Amino acid sequence: MAAYPRQPSVHLTEDHEAFRESVRAFVEREIRPHADEWERAGIFPRDLYRQAAKAGLLGLRYDPMWGGSGLDYFATVVLCEELAKCDTLGTAVGLMAQAEFALSVLADEASDSLKATWLEPAIQGELIGAIGVSEPGAGSDVAGLSTRARRDGDDYIISGQKTFITNGTRADFITLAVRTGEPGPRGISLVVFPTATPGFEVGRKLDKLGARASDTGELFFDSCRIPATNVVGVEGSGMRYILSHFAGERLVIAALAVGVMEHLIEMALDYGNERNVFGTPLLGFQTWQHRLAEMATRLEATRQLTYQAADLLNRGDHTGEIAVSMAKSHAADSVKFVAAEVLQLHGGFGQMEESPVPRYYRDVAGFSIGAGTSEIMREIVARALIQTRAAGTKERK
Amino acid sequence: MNVVVCVKQIPDPADPGALDPDTKTLKRDTKLILDESDSYGVEMALQLVDAAGGGEVTLVSMAPNNEVGGIRTALAMGAAKAILVSDDALQGSDALGTAKVLAAAIGRAEGTDLVITGTESTDGYTGTVPQQVAELLGLPSITFANHIEIGDGKAAVHRQTEHGYDECEVPLPAVVSVTAGVVEPRYPSFKGIMAAKSKPVDELGIADLGIDAAQVGWAGAGQEIVEIEPEPEREAGEIVEDEGDAHERIVAFLDELKVL
Repeated sequence: MAAYPRQPSVHLTEDHEAFRESVRAFVEREIRPHADEWERAGIFPRDLYRQAAKAGLLGLRYDPMWGGSGLDYFATVVLCEELAKCDTLGTAVGLMAQAEFALSVLADEASDSLKATWLEPAIQGELIGAIGVSEPGAGSDVAGLSTRARRDGDDYIISGQKTFITNGTRADFITLAVRTGEPGPRGISLVVFPTATPGFEVGRKLDKLGARASDTGELFFDSCRIPATNVVGVEGSGMRYILSHFAGERLVIAALAVGVMEHLIEMALDYGNERNVFGTPLLGFQTWQHRLAEMATRLEATRQLTYQAADLLNRGDHTGEIAVSMAKSHAADSVKFVAAEVLQLHGGFGQMEESPVPRYYRDVAGFSIGAGTSEIMREIVARALIQTRAAGTKERK
Repeated sequence: MNVVVCVKQIPDPADPGALDPDTKTLKRDTKLILDESDSYGVEMALQLVDAAGGGEVTLVSMAPNNEVGGIRTALAMGAAKAILVSDDALQGSDALGTAKVLAAAIGRAEGTDLVITGTESTDGYTGTVPQQVAELLGLPSITFANHIEIGDGKAAVHRQTEHGYDECEVPLPAVVSVTAGVVEPRYPSFKGIMAAKSKPVDELGIADLGIDAAQVGWAGAGQEIVEIEPEPEREAGEIVEDEGDAHERIVAFLDELKVL
């Protein structure tokens, strides 16, 4: 396949490029050959977590003490860019839901005992984790969640329901958002919930539009008793932890979108050169040349926003949250645009399930929903702009 | 258990290669990568050292311009160190010339219990270097191994044959060539990639190895490439119109190819 001519970046070293080769080989050998099978099955083998762990993919940013690699956000970005090209985005999402969504808050906030029991084996691929926030009545409105954790001596007793949980049907533990206190954001805590706990039940495996190789579940909690020591960090700080760790999830989605766009544009270059209409290759027509240029431009714009966000997050700069929100909403719009254009370029062939093109078209539909909707992303950006303006006005007075 | 693995660094087979019309050899002025067929030997060596509970893997490579791109990949997989021979005088070396250099370099590694090679390189395909290295080192050798087990100063080897494998045994040290695909080469992790940069690569010229320039390179080559020509275009296939006997004709065709 024609390789996308990636431009050099000041943020990426020789090591990042060597790592990119490693992930690319992993994708080519361990994932892509099975893409069709796993998409049909609606799940990928549990063993893939172990294989990914052996290649060091599940704990890139975490402390080497727990089996991580102690790297920064650009390692995550490169991983996602290449993982996205596996032709089964659900599998990529399933791996990242573990590596990033379920683990990052544990790596930063959990006690050593929780890290030893859950984080370390998850980085080694021995356990599967999920993040449990969304509920039937609380999605973007995280502060409205109602799954209740009632303190009973040294335990919490948890009752409630979660939905749309990636890895939900087979997770060994869930980094679970629960209400331990008052209504609103200050009453929320995160706990590590072992799914072997009596009273826990997985409902339906949800049948989704895209990302079909990742299992997504409805989860039910009926008076589940877990030790109070399973609380992550400080009780009542859950909302703050969730918001600060959303940044990593959003960066993952943006970087996956960059990888998907590169992959789709590679397919477009191949097909556009091979396919003749009226005796001319498709890319011989100016209409497609300009559309190709537009696709590449939106890809590069997304990449710059994504790298900017990664850089700010690495530095712990508070504007990282704004940058990553911009990156994610722009990524979702751009990748949907590119997927639709490449689908159109492929004409009748693009309608065929034997091509990965229609699968990507479906898979990217969720990019403007999962890990924070584009509407919420814009809320964050707008609120930050308006608050800065207000603060500036006050200072001038 | 100390294992030396011979690794070749070659132009990326994914890029269209070119032949130099003057030397009639492959142009090697691009970035070189680890020959995939050597990644199996590296993995096998790492597994054997692991199973032995100690020791290390040393890489030996001969390449132009002190190229280390492919060596770094093998170091990132877990090899401890490398010996790289690079010398302008080596340009044009044939298989035997290459074997002389590799054998001399292997001699620099101390306490070697086993030398592992691939069966043939992806760019040269002579498939003769492993045996030549063994002969030059005065070591026994087994070729086409698809399984190696170490014990009691011996290597028990499954030697791949057309219909299965032979069970062979060889006293150590020995030279064993391993076939492609027998083990699953590990993926270099980011940590491994970073660690590889600080692993020692001993860069040597032929003078360091006491090799006479007349014995290697163009000067010492016992073979000469007389002519090169492009691969003939693939001929159009035969189209079988089915008149009720197509299956028989296809079977006859496959029979003729001796694939049935």
